[in-house]
Amino acid sequence: MAAIRGVSAKKFGLKDKKSALPYLLLAPGLLYLTVFFIYPIISLGQMSTKTSSGETGQYKQSFRFTNYIDAFLESKEQFSRSFIYATIATLLALAIAYPLAYAIAFKSGKWKNVLLVLIVAPFFTSFLLRTVAWKQILGEEGPVIKVLRGLHIISPQTTLTATSFAVVTGLAYNFLPFMTLPLYASLERIDPRTLEASGDLYANGFTTFRKVTLPLSMPGVVAGTLLTFIPAAGDYVNAAILGSPSNKMLGNVIDARFFKIVDYPTAAALSFTLMAAILILVTVYIRKAGTEELV
Amino acid sequence: MKKLTRWFSKNLIKVYAFLGFTYLFIPVFYTFAFSFNDSGRSNLVWKGFTLKNWKNPCGAPEICTALGNSLKIGIISTILATILGTLIAFALGRYKFAGRSSTNLLIFLPMATPEIVLGASLLTMFLNLGITPGLLPTIIAHVMFCISFVVVTVKARIASLDPRLEQAAMDLYANEWQTFRRVTLPLVAPGIAAAALLSFSLSFDDFIITNFNSGTITTFPKFVYTAAARGIPAQANVIGSSMFFIALIVVVVGQVLSNKRKAKI
Repeated sequence: MAAIRGVSAKKFGLKDKKSALPYLLLAPGLLYLTVFFIYPIISLGQMSTKTSSGETGQYKQSFRFTNYIDAFLESKEQFSRSFIYATIATLLALAIAYPLAYAIAFKSGKWKNVLLVLIVAPFFTSFLLRTVAWKQILGEEGPVIKVLRGLHIISPQTTLTATSFAVVTGLAYNFLPFMTLPLYASLERIDPRTLEASGDLYANGFTTFRKVTLPLSMPGVVAGTLLTFIPAAGDYVNAAILGSPSNKMLGNVIDARFFKIVDYPTAAALSFTLMAAILILVTVYIRKAGTEELV
Repeated sequence: MKKLTRWFSKNLIKVYAFLGFTYLFIPVFYTFAFSFNDSGRSNLVWKGFTLKNWKNPCGAPEICTALGNSLKIGIISTILATILGTLIAFALGRYKFAGRSSTNLLIFLPMATPEIVLGASLLTMFLNLGITPGLLPTIIAHVMFCISFVVVTVKARIASLDPRLEQAAMDLYANEWQTFRRVTLPLVAPGIAAAALLSFSLSFDDFIITNFNSGTITTFPKFVYTAAARGIPAQANVIGSSMFFIALIVVVVGQVLSNKRKAKI
């Protein structure tokens, strides 16, 4: 109901007369994005085909597109790892967030607003502090490993940190609110009467979920998975804190090439490849999922 | 026993939600608990309860300089991004104009670009122009990535308004400006406040883009990241926990105020 009202209100409220006002409202913000988003991306593209001019930090344009091939071949392992980790973390976050969003949307009653605040609340403790906290909770001095070893569930040599398990769960944990909120928004919009109608037509709880609730919540699933996958694929903080050198992701490589090796052209080429790969994946995914409604 | 299993299956989703929230809050509680740890330089093992970290949150070297920078960057970026983003949101939510869909695309793209690409591209531009990374480049970067989130939040609020309220104001001989000032703006205000709060928390917590563009300036997340290698001082836990409680208070007070206003109407 709320959604229907929202749409009609929007159509109703749109002013059609020719006026310069909307352009005046847009101008400052769009100019800002052009100068500080579009133009930097172009600079990055230019940097990606430059070569060193001899001095450190000085580069000249030589349209060397093989920078891309060199950079990719050197870090294809981290490249594929980024996408595998991000995919698993996204699926994990979806599995944790869906029932959570469902409970808030349908079972929380008057506690709804409080629970919504609680979903976002962990954000306010710096995400770096929370990631370091996980490192210490799962680490050698922490309680979890002692209990698991004491119960002989894991061998004394097995560690929880510095593993791909720690990096993937860290990614899933950090982006969980980005998954939960869009899921909640699309579940909350479902008219409860459609669920009642399904029950009246002799569908059991599971069938109702599969045939009614899940399809109606698809826009939330698409938005949530994108908002989790994109930052997860480009992240390097979780891999740096929770992982070992063999868990490095593409972000770690780009970071090192910028700040440790100081090789800007290949770092730029890798950033560009990452962005292109994500854009292609996202476009294909949105086409497949069949929804244009994103934000 | 049978009763128990029945209760369990009936409340399965609630039990699950409880576990989900526990998972979300474990590191928050851990951070809070270890802010009371009587530790030395590294806050790894529990050594006993103390209030000394709370009495002297600036006790660790550099930590309050970093916090001050983060607050400065957060406040300035929030103000600028909220103004620029709100203007765009009004144009998108209230007017039909040529170039709507390309505007929407330009708003969406920064959110769909990984932070590392945003950070790297800005750094490349600043270096090309001969600008040294520091406080100003960091603020410029933060305003950029906050604008899109402001637009999305405020636009959603504008779209949910009942147009009849504005029509009623016009029927009562309010001109366009009076209608905007007295009806539209107060109704959109909670959305703008939410957008500002979101901007501030995004800016305050940002690490990746900041790390690329801040040069030698430390921010609170940068401080934590650098300290993580050798152990984080308990004062960082004090600051993290304080931010958590301050933000919760702001949200609760905002909620109470808006409920009161609703009750008045």
